[in-house]
Amino acid sequence: MPADNRNKSSSFFQKNSQLLIPFVAIIILVIFNLIRDPGFFSIAIVNNNDGYPVLQGNLVSIFNGASELAILAMGMTLVTAASGGQDISVGALAAIAGSTLVKVLKSTETITPLTVILGILACCAVAMLFGAFNGMLVSVFRIQPMIATLILFTCGRSIAYWINGGATPTVSSPIITAIGSFIPGCPVPTPILIVLLMGILFFILFRTTTMGLYIQTVGINQGAAKLNGINPVGMKLLAFVLLGVCCAMAGTIGMSRLSLINHETLLLNVEMDAILAVAIGGNNLGGGKFNMIGSVMGAYAIQALTITLYAMKVPSTDVKAYKAIVIILLVVIGSPVVKDAFQKMKNRNGRRMLARKEAT
Amino acid sequence: MKKIIALVIALALCLTVFTVFADEAKVIKVGIVNNPPSESGYREANVKNFEEVFSAENGYETKTAYSLKNDEQLNAARQFITDGVDYLLISAAETTGWEAVLKDAQEQGIGVFLFDRMIDCDPSLYLAAVVSDMAQEGETAVNWLLAQNLEKYEVIHIQGAMGSDAQLGRTGALDAQFESGKMTKVIQQTATWDEAEAKKIVESVINAKTPFNVIYAENDGMAKGAVAALDDAGITHGVDGDVIVMGFDCNKWALRELLAGKWNYDGQCSPFQAAVIDQMIKKVEAGEAIEGLNEKNQIISVEKGFDARELTEDDIATYGLGE
Repeated sequence: MPADNRNKSSSFFQKNSQLLIPFVAIIILVIFNLIRDPGFFSIAIVNNNDGYPVLQGNLVSIFNGASELAILAMGMTLVTAASGGQDISVGALAAIAGSTLVKVLKSTETITPLTVILGILACCAVAMLFGAFNGMLVSVFRIQPMIATLILFTCGRSIAYWINGGATPTVSSPIITAIGSFIPGCPVPTPILIVLLMGILFFILFRTTTMGLYIQTVGINQGAAKLNGINPVGMKLLAFVLLGVCCAMAGTIGMSRLSLINHETLLLNVEMDAILAVAIGGNNLGGGKFNMIGSVMGAYAIQALTITLYAMKVPSTDVKAYKAIVIILLVVIGSPVVKDAFQKMKNRNGRRMLARKEAT
Repeated sequence: MKKIIALVIALALCLTVFTVFADEAKVIKVGIVNNPPSESGYREANVKNFEEVFSAENGYETKTAYSLKNDEQLNAARQFITDGVDYLLISAAETTGWEAVLKDAQEQGIGVFLFDRMIDCDPSLYLAAVVSDMAQEGETAVNWLLAQNLEKYEVIHIQGAMGSDAQLGRTGALDAQFESGKMTKVIQQTATWDEAEAKKIVESVINAKTPFNVIYAENDGMAKGAVAALDDAGITHGVDGDVIVMGFDCNKWALRELLAGKWNYDGQCSPFQAAVIDQMIKKVEAGEAIEGLNEKNQIISVEKGFDARELTEDDIATYGLGE
């Protein structure tokens, strides 16, 4: 029976060969940290200052801290697949979305669950509009995605400032705290639950509709897609609007974490990490086939790397350099050249083993 | 014919000069070149302060230009000189490239005041510079910390964007303590002014179970992030807590945290330079000399630092930034 098992496992990675890179990256980080500090992944339950039991530990920090990035990586995967380019305005758009939410929350005297729901709906609507704007530039006017989204990247944080007109407006409400850290009584940080929710929503969307297939088709060959009755403009627009929703959720989490919005620093440079997550996830940045799970794993790998560097107390001036080294390794391992070489090696070994088997 | 034209032009010029002089007796024209209020809470308070002091009620005719870009600021300054302002007030985006403009201003008899930021040039090119001494601000905070007489100082140090003036000044004083061995560096990490990143840094220390009793965050937002991590971990902080929390900037919301006893100290780099400049302009207008300048023609703003145990509501209203 062991032979059967081996077949099964190899077929899983053959089907999802993309997932190999983020998987390996996470495994390496896990092993490295366990050697460095065996207690690195220990999880404890402590009482927070509100008196509720909550989970605590590096593992929780990694999953919690990567929430915004994971959500943005989901949306970025779709945009990458459909348009063959990346949206570099996600951080700015998240700042706009967060500011919108703050604006709605501050417009009422007391913050009730209804205002929060209205606020989140408003920030989703605004982010979807901006997403549609980006999408229109890309699909209708056929501007390269990076150039099209450069516009919002440049002006987005100014727009976020205009919405509230103050540098760091704060809100104080137990509901917002619950979204950003813990729901009283629930030991799991809420952002992790929101990521889970978004993941389930996308899963249902892919299962019940042909959207995933259509987006892939448009990304692989726009002309062929058109001939087969798929509207490339619509699909690209849809991908950007969905990314807008992701930005809205990321902005909501980012703003709720500390109940304030700093339009200049909220999710600063997150667009680069989101693109990186998509790349580490083994997705082709030129569009076409995609694997959202890979991107999310990529996001967690990036956060794990950051937390590892913090735990190692790497001096602040050196962090980016260390990060770059690891990223170079990951990207090179994931490059087609290295992949082909591995494949050839595997084939050769396989043939040799086959030959040996035949000889015996 | 030519003579007549020349005469007419000369007369016209005289007239305009007279009208200008007649105006001048009533209002003082100032041109303010500053960074835009959206830059930070500091700048917002700074801009508001100048708007309040250099108002029409106070006898000023004020023109303002806001930009983060040096070349745009330079253009604005040149425009103000052409417009014939009496005084030019500058908070430069960059320290270089201003010499020619300042010389122009001097030739036209325009008095130049620098505020908040210095310019690399000969001190004779400006009447005075009202600036903050960032290093002194850091020292004020560290001296306060030393005065707390803790048994041990295990400090989590969260830095701002590396290389910025505020970061260098606020880091310098603490680094000296780390080097002398008086304080122990638990972690020194930059969160680039990002609140959420500060929280992650403190989380990593808590997860590693390294003991600490001081959080020194180089602005209010990052202090807030650090405190959120403490709250999640059930660690007490503030006046009666286990961990001392220190922030900078004195935003109103941060000072309220101090008042509630959740933080211990907030330092401020004063954005209120307008009143000082106003007084100096009045002196110049009266023909008096400006006093209290150092060899670089600077006046160093007095920096505030607030202890949670001594803070009052009035302080928040007077010195707090933002809403």
